[in-house]
Amino acid sequence: MTAVPARSSASSDDPRVVLDASDIARALTRIAHEIVERNKGCADLVLLGIPSRGVPLAHRISARLAEIEGTSVPVGSLDITMYRDDLRLQPARALEVTDLPAQGIDGRVVVLVDDVLFSGRTIRAALDAVSDVGRPRAVQLAVLVDRGHRELPIRADYVGKNLPTSLRESVHVQLDELDDRDAVLLGGGGTPDSDAPGDAAEVGSGEGS
Amino acid sequence: MKRHLLSTADLTRDDALLVLDTAEELARIADRPIKKMPTLRGRTVVNLFYEDSTRTRISFEAAAKRLSADVINFSAKGSSVSKGESLKDTALTLAAMGADVVVVRHPLSGAPHRLAHADWLDAHVVNAGDGTHEHPTQALLDAFTLRRHLRERIDSPDAGSTALDGLHVAIVGDVLHSRVARSNVHLLSTLGARVSLVAPPTLMPLHTEGWASEVSYALDSILPTVDAVMMLRVQNERMNGSFFPSAREYSRRYGLDERRLSLLPDHALVMHPGPMNRGLEISARAADSPRSVVVDQVRNGVSVRMAVLYLLLSGSEPAIGHEEVGA
Repeated sequence: MTAVPARSSASSDDPRVVLDASDIARALTRIAHEIVERNKGCADLVLLGIPSRGVPLAHRISARLAEIEGTSVPVGSLDITMYRDDLRLQPARALEVTDLPAQGIDGRVVVLVDDVLFSGRTIRAALDAVSDVGRPRAVQLAVLVDRGHRELPIRADYVGKNLPTSLRESVHVQLDELDDRDAVLLGGGGTPDSDAPGDAAEVGSGEGS
Repeated sequence: MKRHLLSTADLTRDDALLVLDTAEELARIADRPIKKMPTLRGRTVVNLFYEDSTRTRISFEAAAKRLSADVINFSAKGSSVSKGESLKDTALTLAAMGADVVVVRHPLSGAPHRLAHADWLDAHVVNAGDGTHEHPTQALLDAFTLRRHLRERIDSPDAGSTALDGLHVAIVGDVLHSRVARSNVHLLSTLGARVSLVAPPTLMPLHTEGWASEVSYALDSILPTVDAVMMLRVQNERMNGSFFPSAREYSRRYGLDERRLSLLPDHALVMHPGPMNRGLEISARAADSPRSVVVDQVRNGVSVRMAVLYLLLSGSEPAIGHEEVGA
């Protein structure tokens, strides 16, 4: 859980830590408080994490909600691979786990949780996936980082950090559960890389689209 | 860049595990109110069946429809094939109609291979059973069923997904004419299982030395050691001679009756690819016993075929199958 200190100005190609472990912890706590405030409690909430890094984030938010409100909020995971609009642009991919809470999502308020909000296409796919597994009363969106460059009319309800980026930069989220440390890294724009929106992006660790 | 699923011998252990793991996730949508995903919208799957089939054709059709593909069913009966149209001309017709996948069943071994390699059409070819050669999706669903039911008996590696390591599976009956047996010998051994073939000498292929399996002619001594017994259908339609003296004699020597059922270990599964000849290779009591997973095999078939269609078709290049010349 040790955060690597941000380097002031190494080569611009080296990824730079923009959020460390304590920043991420504070952001998630604030998101949890905002969820409670917006929904006047957390009675009918269900948190659905989008694999892979949305799932541990959803669990962390659920733990904070339990501290704040004293009730446990069900957590699930929702794989959106089969709903992506860029499947034909890259090799077929292995599926992630979809695991819905036993109570289902009908009539509840679903909070989708993802690490990075970028083009909005992942969330578009997630909304389609949600409507195939039930009919929630409302769907909200929580993201750790909003890096801008939307390609669809989609916005987040809860944002950990607004991070203005250029299209040539890359954002990577690392979480202790999967990467053995908590950090958000901003990669330099050295190479015109593949994560321009609309491109077949999202390789490597937790890069959202 | 085309790739096909023609034989389980073309699948590496990683390929096979990817299919099984994908099928495991897809099996969950069978429990949902909406059993459909938009993944293959606008793609066309042609079921090209030159031989009668119930479960395989329906299973491929259900799999394709759950992924939102368009399905065209073509059976030789009632088509221009009965007027003498050749496989080539049929293939050219399908190509002109824009088929993305051709699922083919044919009485002649090698017909899917010919279809895939003859440059007649651009589509992916999936072998749904060719003569006495192979039936790869049946073997995949058998492996999937074995893994689901016997997970706690499988030697698990420290990392990666569970295969079938340490399991002992007996394949019993008409091995000579069985494409299911051939596909299973390749796949189950690739996945780490030990395979024993049990058959009368007349129904055992002549050259099994190169096969990754053991051969036995006595069923009773094998049964107490197996984790699953796979009974094969006696294929009367492919038998042009006398392979055994009488059905009663075959049933007495190689049929799974109540006495043999009691020889199996408590956890062992009874499998059959269907359709069953009740009273010949399997007694009604064995077919309907709690250890019979025949119905699960059919259910799992849809998930496995969805996984195959998804992995061959969804990406810019397929995730499984063997490389074509020029790929």
